[in-house]
Amino acid sequence: MAAVKYIASDKLPDWLKSLAAKSRVLVPVAEGGGVVFRPYAPGCRPVFDSDATAPPKGAVFPACQELFRYEQGKDPEDPGKPTLKLIASTEAEPTVVFGAKPCGARGFLIFDRVYIGKKFPDPYYIAAREATVFVTMACAAANVENTCFCHWVGSGPADGSGSDVLLTPVAGGYTAEAVTDKGAALLEDPALADGAAKADEAAAVKAAAREVLGEAPDIAASPAALLAAFDDADFWRDQSDKCVSCGACTYLCPTCYCFTITDEPKGMSGRRMRSWDACMHFQFTLEASGHNPRPTKAHRLKNRVGHKFSYYPTLHDGLVACCGCGRCIKSCPVSVDIREIVQNAVARAKG
Amino acid sequence: MSRLEELKTRIKEALPGLECVIGWQKGYDPLHNTPLFMRTDADVDKLEWGPLNVHNPAVYLPTFTGKKVGVVVKGCDSRSVVELLQENLINRDNVVIFGMPCTGVIDLSKVKARLAGAGVSAGTVTAVTDDGKTVSVTAGGQTTAMPLAEVRADKCGRCQFPNAVLADAYVGDPIAPAAPAAAADADLAALDAMSVPERMAFWRYHMERCIRCYACRNACPMCVCRDHCIAQSREPHWLTQDDTATEKLMFQVVHALHLAGRCTECGECQRACPMDIPVLALKKHLNRTIRDLFDYQAGVDPQAIPPLLQFKLEEDNIKERSW
Repeated sequence: MAAVKYIASDKLPDWLKSLAAKSRVLVPVAEGGGVVFRPYAPGCRPVFDSDATAPPKGAVFPACQELFRYEQGKDPEDPGKPTLKLIASTEAEPTVVFGAKPCGARGFLIFDRVYIGKKFPDPYYIAAREATVFVTMACAAANVENTCFCHWVGSGPADGSGSDVLLTPVAGGYTAEAVTDKGAALLEDPALADGAAKADEAAAVKAAAREVLGEAPDIAASPAALLAAFDDADFWRDQSDKCVSCGACTYLCPTCYCFTITDEPKGMSGRRMRSWDACMHFQFTLEASGHNPRPTKAHRLKNRVGHKFSYYPTLHDGLVACCGCGRCIKSCPVSVDIREIVQNAVARAKG
Repeated sequence: MSRLEELKTRIKEALPGLECVIGWQKGYDPLHNTPLFMRTDADVDKLEWGPLNVHNPAVYLPTFTGKKVGVVVKGCDSRSVVELLQENLINRDNVVIFGMPCTGVIDLSKVKARLAGAGVSAGTVTAVTDDGKTVSVTAGGQTTAMPLAEVRADKCGRCQFPNAVLADAYVGDPIAPAAPAAAADADLAALDAMSVPERMAFWRYHMERCIRCYACRNACPMCVCRDHCIAQSREPHWLTQDDTATEKLMFQVVHALHLAGRCTECGECQRACPMDIPVLALKKHLNRTIRDLFDYQAGVDPQAIPPLLQFKLEEDNIKERSW
């Protein structure tokens, strides 16, 4: 572990400025009634004390991205022969995501197993992932919200996995610890001083935040419990009654990685787009025949919870496909609580 | 017996003949209530009534086609039920309406802002009490008292229907509206005062952070195309999935036009928005036009035919022949 560094609050703009000179820097800023990640510009005031309304998912996995453009034509030598030109770019802009909560960055560990797998490596994702560095901000006790449950899913308010640098708020500023080599390189900046004297205070802040979360219930049985409830239509009706089938939970989730593909043709040319999909929408598994294996919100909510707490962990060494940020609970228009559903399934299995 | 207890008794009496009765219960923390689907007497005991019942349960009614359900309503919610009846989207014989007088619900965004002003996060609320006039919220170890009149939903400040406009079981005596008959609408006034380019800039600014989750659409009791919305259909292909303010605003305009003269201004679209985008103003603007042209308000009279769902040879306020 590299040495702890320290940066005073009033030096933070200097560091951000020097980072922004080399790459795109995304910081959480207040916009309207929400907090969203926007490119840093001198004078902007990042919001570090609360978790952003929308996670930094779009930094690596944009809401909509062009996979390629195409141009159809005719071979001038042989007009009967159609031609097709594909123009694709996987180029990604060097980016620093600065000030996300650790859970927001940890979400990409769930993405990585899908998009950097041996079977179907995704060049767009890989390029953006490699170009992005995460400087996250550990939660202080006051930042822990009623909807937080990172400790349920094997994480915690100062979990650096998924981060490159972990900042911790202390009196007068922040300590900074490099988690990866990419992160260590960012700490080589004159704005940062030695932080050895602040290390104990940072450790106390982390411990206090963890203590606020309390004991996590044991959900180790959830993969089997959710499978056991698969055919219990009444159970899923009860869990999904109040769901309005919107995509707020999915689009605000740092771990939801499903996408859909649409073409935007314009005459003889066009674009192929990849955009976020939402498993709560009717169209999610609507087949070309018109058949939909998940025709009701009960089917769809079962899939959403099952995917995160059963199917994914079964395929990926027990890793739960949820970072516990609680956005799906906090931003749900009707307060559907995924924690409650998982616990209900576990209780149902116990009988 | 308190009014709430009386309401519970009435619901329990009706429950055997119903698929369920929709109301509200306590949610994941003291600041959030959540919709409740009552199927047993034990469920009915969870029923809550008060300023935290922010949701409009009428949104669920069209999903129970062919089944008889009950619904507990605030005055504003009852207008959605009436509008659904007016449009034959639900059957009068299949809905039992339970009502009580309502003195307003909170706007969670306003409460959040108040707490932020007091230096605490709305995510740390540990207790909420209300005495009908003041809501006291304890968060981060300190209690902040907020006059309900200052943190209630905007619609409550203009409410003319504190009682259910249609009910099968009404508990308590109807109350008079607390708001003046033609209360000013600050949102519309602010937009009216802008030049057209300013207004466009306003919408672009807000639509930039739209995540296209369609919570606005799905929380709307009158948005009944839902699963077959043009926003997501490939045929017709009216919208692209591009992450741009233009596409997002286009959907909002389509949504608002579909609701012209149908919207009861319950405000669910705006309340549901996780990004706090003021989308209700678009519908209010069109409703104002409908009111001026047709002297009509949606969801007040179950027998009335909404003006855009009928044809008159000559409209009273549109002088097609004499201009």
